[in-house]
Amino acid sequence: MSAPNKDYDPVEVTSLREDQVEAMRDEALAAIAAAVDLDALREVRTAHAGDRSPLRLANAEIGALPPAARADAGKRIGGARKAVEQALATRQVELEADRDARVLADERVDVTLPWDRQPRGARHPVTSLMDRMADFFVAMGWEVAEGPEVETEWHNFDALNFQPDHPARTMMDTFFVEPPSQDRRRQSAVSTGLVMRTHTSPVQVRALLERGVPVYVVAPGRVFRTDEFDATHSPIFHQIEGLAVDEGLSMAHLRGTLVHFARAMFGAGQEIRWRPSFFPFTEPSAEFDLRCFACRGASVGDPDRPCRTCASEGWIEWGGCGMVNPRVLRACGVDPDRYSGFAFGMGVDRTVMFRHGSDDLRDMFEGDVRYALPFGTEI
Amino acid sequence: MRAPLSWLRQYVDVPADLSGRALGDLLVPLGMEVEAVDERGDDLSGPLVLGEVREIEELAEFKKPIRWCRVDVGPHNADDGAGGLRPRGVICGATNFAVGDLVVVALPGTVLPGGFTITARKTYGHVSDGMICSVLELGIGDDHSGILVLPPGTGTPGVDLTGVLGVRETVLDLEITPDCGHLESVRGLARETSYVTGGAFRDPRDAVKEPAPDPAGWPVRIDDPSGCRRFSALTVSGLDPSLPSPLWLRTRLHHAGVRSVSLAVDVTNYVMLELGQPMHAFDAARLTGGIVVRRATAGEKLVTIDHVTHSLDADDMVVADETGAVALAGVMGGAESEISDTTVDLLLEAAWWDPASIGRAVRRHRLPSEASRRFERGVDPEIAVAALQRAAELLVEYGDASVGALTVTGGPYDPPVISLASDLPARTIGLPIDPVTVTQRLQQVGCDIPAGEPLVVRPPSWRPDLRDPADLVEEVARLEGYERIPEVVPTPPPGRGLTDRQRFRRRVGRALAYTGYVEAISPPWVSEADWDALGLDASDPRRNAFRLANPLSDEQPLLRTTLLPGLLRALRRNVGRGLSDVALFETGLVYRSGGEDVAAGEVLRPGVEARPAPEVLARIERVLPDQPERVAVVLAGDRSPAGWWGAGRAAGWADAVEAARTVAAEAGVELVARHDEHAPWHPGRCAALLVGDTLVGHAGELHPRVVEAYGLPPRTCAAELSLSALPVEDAPPAKAVPISAYPPAFVDVALSVDATTPVAEVEAALRDGAGELLEALRLFDVYTGEQVGADRRSLAYRMCLRALDRTLTAQEVNDARDAAVAEATRRVGAVLRERSPG
Repeated sequence: MSAPNKDYDPVEVTSLREDQVEAMRDEALAAIAAAVDLDALREVRTAHAGDRSPLRLANAEIGALPPAARADAGKRIGGARKAVEQALATRQVELEADRDARVLADERVDVTLPWDRQPRGARHPVTSLMDRMADFFVAMGWEVAEGPEVETEWHNFDALNFQPDHPARTMMDTFFVEPPSQDRRRQSAVSTGLVMRTHTSPVQVRALLERGVPVYVVAPGRVFRTDEFDATHSPIFHQIEGLAVDEGLSMAHLRGTLVHFARAMFGAGQEIRWRPSFFPFTEPSAEFDLRCFACRGASVGDPDRPCRTCASEGWIEWGGCGMVNPRVLRACGVDPDRYSGFAFGMGVDRTVMFRHGSDDLRDMFEGDVRYALPFGTEI
Repeated sequence: MRAPLSWLRQYVDVPADLSGRALGDLLVPLGMEVEAVDERGDDLSGPLVLGEVREIEELAEFKKPIRWCRVDVGPHNADDGAGGLRPRGVICGATNFAVGDLVVVALPGTVLPGGFTITARKTYGHVSDGMICSVLELGIGDDHSGILVLPPGTGTPGVDLTGVLGVRETVLDLEITPDCGHLESVRGLARETSYVTGGAFRDPRDAVKEPAPDPAGWPVRIDDPSGCRRFSALTVSGLDPSLPSPLWLRTRLHHAGVRSVSLAVDVTNYVMLELGQPMHAFDAARLTGGIVVRRATAGEKLVTIDHVTHSLDADDMVVADETGAVALAGVMGGAESEISDTTVDLLLEAAWWDPASIGRAVRRHRLPSEASRRFERGVDPEIAVAALQRAAELLVEYGDASVGALTVTGGPYDPPVISLASDLPARTIGLPIDPVTVTQRLQQVGCDIPAGEPLVVRPPSWRPDLRDPADLVEEVARLEGYERIPEVVPTPPPGRGLTDRQRFRRRVGRALAYTGYVEAISPPWVSEADWDALGLDASDPRRNAFRLANPLSDEQPLLRTTLLPGLLRALRRNVGRGLSDVALFETGLVYRSGGEDVAAGEVLRPGVEARPAPEVLARIERVLPDQPERVAVVLAGDRSPAGWWGAGRAAGWADAVEAARTVAAEAGVELVARHDEHAPWHPGRCAALLVGDTLVGHAGELHPRVVEAYGLPPRTCAAELSLSALPVEDAPPAKAVPISAYPPAFVDVALSVDATTPVAEVEAALRDGAGELLEALRLFDVYTGEQVGADRRSLAYRMCLRALDRTLTAQEVNDARDAAVAEATRRVGAVLRERSPG
């Protein structure tokens, strides 16, 4: 670089002439515009904005001008350099954007490739549905009660007002249980007092004995009867039982509870129908049916529109219910003159069948993964 | 109960245009389940006419007897070609008729029930111009041994018989609940029908003029009134045993689902169906001396009419004569005194038997019958004499018999008296029902109610199911209509939500499902063979299983003590169906000893009068087995499948352990694994799983012999642990940990340890040695080989060290690392192989 010019030599510096500066600027702008990629632009930057670029060299000559001319020349050179810098920056952004677009396009993948390296599992729909059913009642303030599956005959039958030799008891198709220590020959005709519970109703007895009143509980659980497996029977199945005992409860409360439960499970507008029935532990008793949500009853008497869901009956049997028999209340130490209550129960497996279109009960208890998988973790 | 509508109409007015289906719909709200409404004969078209057989020509050239008959069918006779008519020619394969007999002829064009169309067709060398019908072809009986021969005087040839044969009948098949014995009869059903049709009910009992007991009647003594409240008997003599049951009666029995046998048997069945009173007819000539009603002596023999010899129980009620038991009371008669085709003198018996005794006898001897069914469900104690008389009258009318003398033994029926607060129905039903309505409704079902408050209600004799005020409330409710009951949502006191354990149970299922396991539900039945297949020692407590007294299959009489057999069977089923990569889980109860020995103590079964005393409840409870809840997983094939990304990863012992850790993590506890040798696992690949010092389960690869015994894929793995043993109740809320924003220091150490030293012990030593600065510790390499020497292995760990309040100095990092290594050296003899600064 030249040292500052201390002489006031009125010699004209060619490179600082206006036309020369404009030419240098235009040449630089043209080169910038012509740069096709970032590498080319880097060279252009060195050539036209670097230390050895014509504009920088010319800038260094400003000191050679007489003081009066320096400001003018400085302004000229500065303006040119600023224009070049701006053009460089703009082009830099443009070329970077071009490069990014190209690189990312090159990195494109097929997002439809499968990546099922961690297989999903599932819960059994019976389990999920029991949870869902229980949740409805928990949301109303009820609690979930439990009891053992191997149950005493007293809890399963006697306390529920099943008379010892009444058909209601013998119709239950009960599995009787013997302890390991039993001498089988000696004891074969003697009841051990143990059964596989035939229904979830013994949990009513346990809830009343253990919790007292008022009590509002549901008891989902597994039950057993001596039915051979076929499409609609299974020796193992599931029920959910409800029990409410309080002052002033009536069949209207039972009906209100069941209707809202049905609507929570099957949608607003779901109708239910009651038919008088008989259970030893409720009086009055009823069975309740759901208006078939598939055909809404339209299949009844219309052979052209058969309904598989309700077998063209228009109604689907759902469960049994009634007002807790005062005899049961007494057996559990509850004063039937002060307290009344209602109870109900329905089959969970059956509900899975008609709510989810599961045709064969055997599928539920074979453990074939293809059965449970479509149900995921919640239903 | 199958009820022919024509029979119901005899005793209750039903609108003529009310269809069977419509009537069924009306009965549903009363509590009857309509199984089916069978419109029999509704596919019959074309006339069934009376024919008189004029000529019979036996055609002998065929393998079986064939008759070529000329049958006069009056105006339906054939054109004789000369402007007149002549009897029709009909081919018939039956031989039970003669010239002059009246028969039923289906003319060509007639479609018989079942869709069988009659045409004039050539057969056996003749044109058969119609068909002579049997009761089977007409759908009014089962007999096809011959054609139906009508009694003389039935009518003139050619009259249409369609309306009188009972071919068209509506049969309601009703499911009756076990409390409603009164509905197991036409009488009871007609009465109920009157409630919904409003039509008049005519009690068939009223149509019978009941005779008075006669000292000349058959001597009867009741020795055990607890089993037989009343025993009535009526002698009938001079029966012509050759006379058949009338067609109408046989047809009704057929529609009701009862086989016709003989006049005497048919009549007793008919009266049972009509009045609900089962009865038995003895051949009076085969009875010796007076009747005694008593319990059997143990081992007493009785051959019942089905020719089975029963050894009687001391609890069985029997009807006996001087020779011994002649009938198993209320269940089945004896062969010795059974009426036969030579019986002329009968003793008809109708009793009221104790329902419970009948039920026990039925189950003991496995002899359910139409009679026992009714006795178990409650028979009207006041109907016996009417039933006897009705039966006797039918035998007089159709069997030329004459009625003898009546014996009635036993006490009078004393109906219960129920005190009913007149507002109880309204309070229980939730519907305003005034006392007047309550009284009317109860009177409607036959109750006797003098005025007063509370109401004093005497139920009618045919309603033994009405015992309590609640029973009366139900009568009011169903007659008022359940559909009228409003919907009110009750308001319980505040609930506490799900318990910790209930939440935990759900989390376990979800966690396992999220990690790839599919839930199975298996029947809980296993066999001794399972214990052998699992390789359990003879003394293994898991062999100590409860047992079903009445298993569905003798192959699987035991209750599971482990979830694995069911789950392994499910796994094999999946693999057998072509699924290779399978991971299953199951949660459920197992049943383990722990209950008090029932054999040692008497089974307590207190009644429903009051809450049992605490010590009684405790004794009831003590017989129960321990029923801990367990979870198990089984897995085979690839845990992570092969794919376009490369090979899969085979499921291994470590996956089973990890599944157990997943479960434990949901309980908020850490499992400690310890090597164990425990069936059914591979002795070298089995982890005992502990929480603190408590063993909660096992996990690993199954023993190859177990894999073979269950037919499983090689290297099948499993874990099983007790959910009940995991502490989830009242766990303190999880604590938040402070988060340091200072930079971490990483330092790697490679330790050489004895090959048998469990990694868990090395890791524990490093953690304890490093102290509180250690934020994380990760084993990133395990190496065995020459460089570490035989029986040694190298474990390479990366330690992450960090302080809460400062950036660690190099000195602090080194001190922590050295302390960790020193502790590992001290505890397990670890030797530092190399070190690297972070």
